[in-house]
Amino acid sequence: MSLLSNTSALLGKELRTEFRSRELLTTTVLFILMIIVLFSFTFDPSSAESRRFGPGLLWLAFLFAASLMLQPCFLREQTNDTLSALRLSVDDPFAIFLAKLTANTLFLLLTEFLLLPIFSVLYNVPVLPVLGWLIFVLFLGSLGVSIAGTALSAISAQARMRELLLPLLLLPLLTPVLVASTEVTAALLDPAPYVSWKGIGFLAIFDLVFLTALWLFGEYLLEE
Amino acid sequence: MAKQVIAVVVVILLMAAAAYAAFFVAPTERSMGLIQRIFYLHVPSAWTAFTAFFICFIANLQYVFRRQARWDWLGVSSAEVGLAFTTVVLVTGPIWAHPVWGIWWTWDARLTSTFVLWLLYVSYLLLRTLIEEPDRRALLSALFGIFAFIDVPLVFGAIRWWRTQHPQPVILGAPGSGLDPTMRAVLFFCWIAMLSLMALLLRQRYQLEALRGEFDVVRRESEAG
Repeated sequence: MSLLSNTSALLGKELRTEFRSRELLTTTVLFILMIIVLFSFTFDPSSAESRRFGPGLLWLAFLFAASLMLQPCFLREQTNDTLSALRLSVDDPFAIFLAKLTANTLFLLLTEFLLLPIFSVLYNVPVLPVLGWLIFVLFLGSLGVSIAGTALSAISAQARMRELLLPLLLLPLLTPVLVASTEVTAALLDPAPYVSWKGIGFLAIFDLVFLTALWLFGEYLLEE
Repeated sequence: MAKQVIAVVVVILLMAAAAYAAFFVAPTERSMGLIQRIFYLHVPSAWTAFTAFFICFIANLQYVFRRQARWDWLGVSSAEVGLAFTTVVLVTGPIWAHPVWGIWWTWDARLTSTFVLWLLYVSYLLLRTLIEEPDRRALLSALFGIFAFIDVPLVFGAIRWWRTQHPQPVILGAPGSGLDPTMRAVLFFCWIAMLSLMALLLRQRYQLEALRGEFDVVRRESEAG
């Protein structure tokens, strides 16, 4: 039980920190928006073409954005050495990860919700009929990105060149998420939409595998 | 020293015998012809690379739980050796593919996942260069190595299910596929030769890393004193 109460307390702290400044959310939303606009110049953004390239473009933008957005996750604890305080305040260090990855998933989902309508309008891809499923995929994908990203940002925060390092560590690791989420999203945005259960199951397995790994090895990531 | 010379000689002899077997013992493949013989370099290199990465994974786990520097030395050595063999795979693959498939590269499951595997272990080595403090470097890179290794089956699964036009596996593949017995024997012999080369490289690299580690300790002590 203490894991849950610790996590929710820490989650509250993460959310308060972010919503006071909203720095991360603003920059991430703008960054994805720029990718979406710039991408339109690389192919002919008619409705049919957009259905083909759109899902991949969308997820690639989310992945790049996430690899930037997850940077400060552990870095900002270093400025005032608050990580030691965090570690002392919880029984199980997994609570720190759980809180951070939940916060990151929420931030990612929030930016995705803001940008989905813009994407839909700019690229002429209707998303309303499959919105429920789309949100579900966004959730599973973002959860996977956040789990792996939170773990790796704990690593990159302790290295030199950290700003460049995190994308280099994270992006190849997220290949399965990119492939599966793109596949499920493409199936949903198809003129005859369908639900790719295989992809959804795969994303769930990815999330579960990395959550387990984080649970097993998380405490070592935070060692002094 | 004498032991090392013997080891080097044995590996050279094994590699030479493997090359002889690949060129003169194995029968020429009917449809692909001579170019198919690169298979005896390509496939054993791939298996050897996976063996090296598996050793790396075990070393990483051992380091996290035991915290002995030698597991870190083994980890970095096997990652580097594995990366070298993966590079051989990635280079010999297109050399074979161009005359046979007519293209250098195709985004097939095994090609792409090998490429991603290569990227993951390059990142692992890069991470190691960016952390100064030896214990921290060992621990964090071991943890990244563990994450990378458990990611590999997922990468392979995802690419195989959704992004592939792959040729069926020949070894342990579907019924109807299969190798000529001589080809199979030569293939496994080449793998053994390659494994011996891996063991030799691993040993050398491990000793180098051990020396570096000891040197580092001495340097730190002299700087502190």
